[in-house]
Amino acid sequence: MALLETKDLTINFGGLTAVSGLNLALNTGDLHGLIGPNGAGKTTVFNMITGVYLPSSGSIIFDNHNIIGLQPHEITKLGIARTFQNIRLFKGLSVLDNIRIALHMRANCSVPAAVFRLPQYYREEHRIKQRAMELLKIFGLQDLAEKTAGSLPYGQQRRLEIARALATDPKLLLLDEPAAGMNPQETKELMALIRWIRKEFGLTILLIEHHMEVVMGVCEHIKVLDYGVTIAEGPPEEIKKHPKVIEAYLGEEIKSA
Amino acid sequence: MRAIENEFVRRFVVPAVASTALYWILVSIAYRNDYYMYVLTMCAINVIGATSLNLINGFTGQFSLGHAGFMAVGAYVAGSLTKFGHWPFVGALLAGMAGAAVAGFLVGLPTLRLRGDYLAIATLGFGEIIRMLIINSDKLGLKFLEGPRGVPGIKRYSTFGWAFFFAVVTVWILANYIWSTHGRACGAVKEDEVAAEAMGVGTTTYKVMSFTIGASFAGLAGGLHAHLLQLLHPASYDFLKSCDFLVMIVVGGMGNLTGSVLGALFVTLITEALRKLLELRMLAYAVGLICVMLFRPEGLFGTREFSLGALRFLAPRRPVSQVGGDKSGAT
Amino acid sequence: MELLQQIINGISLGSIYALIALGYTMVYGIVRLINFAHGDVYMAGAYIAYLIANRFSEETVWRFPLILLASMGGCSLLGMAIERVAYKPLRNRPRIATLTTAIGVSIFLENLVRVAIGPNFLGFPEIITRTSWEIKGITISNVQVVVPGCTVLLVLVLHYVVHKTKAGKAMRAVSFDRDVAMLMGVNVDNTIRITFAIGSALAAAAGVLVGIAYPRIDPYMGIMAGLKAFVSAVLGGIGIIPGAALGGLMMGVAEVMAVQLFSSSLKDAIAFVVLIVVLLVKPTGLLGKVASEKV
Repeated sequence: MALLETKDLTINFGGLTAVSGLNLALNTGDLHGLIGPNGAGKTTVFNMITGVYLPSSGSIIFDNHNIIGLQPHEITKLGIARTFQNIRLFKGLSVLDNIRIALHMRANCSVPAAVFRLPQYYREEHRIKQRAMELLKIFGLQDLAEKTAGSLPYGQQRRLEIARALATDPKLLLLDEPAAGMNPQETKELMALIRWIRKEFGLTILLIEHHMEVVMGVCEHIKVLDYGVTIAEGPPEEIKKHPKVIEAYLGEEIKSA
Repeated sequence: MRAIENEFVRRFVVPAVASTALYWILVSIAYRNDYYMYVLTMCAINVIGATSLNLINGFTGQFSLGHAGFMAVGAYVAGSLTKFGHWPFVGALLAGMAGAAVAGFLVGLPTLRLRGDYLAIATLGFGEIIRMLIINSDKLGLKFLEGPRGVPGIKRYSTFGWAFFFAVVTVWILANYIWSTHGRACGAVKEDEVAAEAMGVGTTTYKVMSFTIGASFAGLAGGLHAHLLQLLHPASYDFLKSCDFLVMIVVGGMGNLTGSVLGALFVTLITEALRKLLELRMLAYAVGLICVMLFRPEGLFGTREFSLGALRFLAPRRPVSQVGGDKSGAT
Repeated sequence: MELLQQIINGISLGSIYALIALGYTMVYGIVRLINFAHGDVYMAGAYIAYLIANRFSEETVWRFPLILLASMGGCSLLGMAIERVAYKPLRNRPRIATLTTAIGVSIFLENLVRVAIGPNFLGFPEIITRTSWEIKGITISNVQVVVPGCTVLLVLVLHYVVHKTKAGKAMRAVSFDRDVAMLMGVNVDNTIRITFAIGSALAAAAGVLVGIAYPRIDPYMGIMAGLKAFVSAVLGGIGIIPGAALGGLMMGVAEVMAVQLFSSSLKDAIAFVVLIVVLLVKPTGLLGKVASEKV
């Protein structure tokens, strides 16, 4: 049984079909890539899986749950976490608070316990803080805990966003262009990090990326979308050679890579 | 365990001692003068109104312009219970809070889909609708509320002691709520709703909760206000009253609890001080307000939580700054 | 017959709301500000007309148009002054700061008039001699012709300005995307100023017309009228000029109907009920388009 399985997933905006008949299957531990030219519908796929958009038809089964129609936060609770293409940190809050908010969902502290400062509150706050600092340490952000998230340099914001996603304790992690705007050095570190967190957290990862180096370097299986339609899928070596892929979008990039 | 005992002292004992001390200082200065006591009581009531509005507007990032409506609900429920039902004062106040909380819940629910300016206008509309319902109450079967004429003869139960006590409790509860995991969830809603949902924060729940909690304390302020004025009147809770609270939190600094306490005191005292100007009072108030916004748009007291005397204990420091403190405690 | 009579009465009132709503909607469209002081500009328009009319009581055909134009001119200056002093410095600040300032300006104007002229109701001088005709049981006064007539005329002029002049083109560009408009060489400051001037002039016209139709003015007349006009703008779709005109008319008719069918104490409540219903059912208004957030 796959961890995530979509069947014939389709969404229309007005008259436009953004994604059509998408079939995805990820088993626990998989690291798959989703690529395609701009406007191919990759982020739309993420938005459907995380409940931001409601698909027009098709099914999404995650961990034996039909998640279509659930609110995004309910889906997060089932174990899907994501990052955003254009980084959506809580920019005005501290780095530490960004992580602590993600830990909120699994915290066991009722409103009365918080308001009247019952022992439960202290226990949970302590646990949340410790866990948050652990995560920050993993991502090398522990010294920046008190900084405002929006004030961090770009690469660190990307890392913080991944750390924040991990704080929700997911089974499946959706990364939306994690290497966007990173320099070669940061990109290299990111690739190592993605491999490492998969092992360390026992994660299943679905990755959208434009950097061919990253996709080809870390993904075991790649699916190519163009105008919402799957035009190819397979291991990186195959994708590199696939004539349709080269025609649709990769072309020069692949040859030079 | 040691840490928890220290926390107990910091969160319960110190605020209690500090506020008791502050109370006696204020009373010993003002007790001879009825007017001073009245102004102090008014200050305490406005602190309740402003801090509770700040929970909705400042900390959860919603935009309510209908706070006076909730206040009206609290005032009318509490006032009619003491006058007609002969309820004890505190019981009536709590019932007023409950009534206002229901109103807040009912307003919060349908307005969820609205943002920013639209939300502001919708809450303004709800506030006005509550007032219009009161104005028409005599036609709607609630003859004893006397519609537009109002209900006189409410007993003056709102002493400074009660108002001060409730103000301290309100600030304490709100501070504890805001600086907890729930308060951070509100902050996430304020910053970015899409990201908040993606991180597992139920934005709907937190918006409605903020509206409900905020409204219930507005209802408390209303109940106290009615028993200070000794009158229930729909005109006391119009749009301008909502604006007053908005001004207090903006002047004090949005999303700053200490700021809204100071903002409430500042605006209340200035308004009283300007009474001598008679006709020119509101003109001066308006000019002052415009100047504050032009020259200090982030509010007189900025965005940082102040640690001023007793307030330091009422409003715990931001958790962020506790990182260092807790770490040194652990090592 | 009764219904038709009410609709005619409603159209008079509605055209006044429409004129105020136009200013709200234009300003909102261009700077995304709910100009809470706009209702008070309308009040100022009525007072300017009152002062002039009392000074020049000569009975000529030109009395009404001259007073109207003078009041419109005065208020457009007032509108530009408000924009320059109170809003321009805060243009890039959070909206709650500008909104609070707008409330401050509103309180200022009300109390300025209150102190300078007096807090009480004033009777508005009869600029147009009232006559009325009765046609098949329906009474129509000349005022009920003049008020919507002026409104239609002003809306047509506005339409011409917005769609056929350079300033209008700039206004549309700035409301579409201020930054891009600036890059394309549109003088954004000037355009915003012109928008405030036009919106305030329309509010002033509404003030003069209300003085003619319901000859009672007071310093606080702008609050409720302003709120209702704002609701009209939301009803029609805020930022959309024909929407404001449509919304205003509907609001006027709805209000007259509510008073007729239920009770006069519901006069003000109806606006807010309409508001809540619109916001819940179609927040973008009757003529608005849905814009969704990109994730």
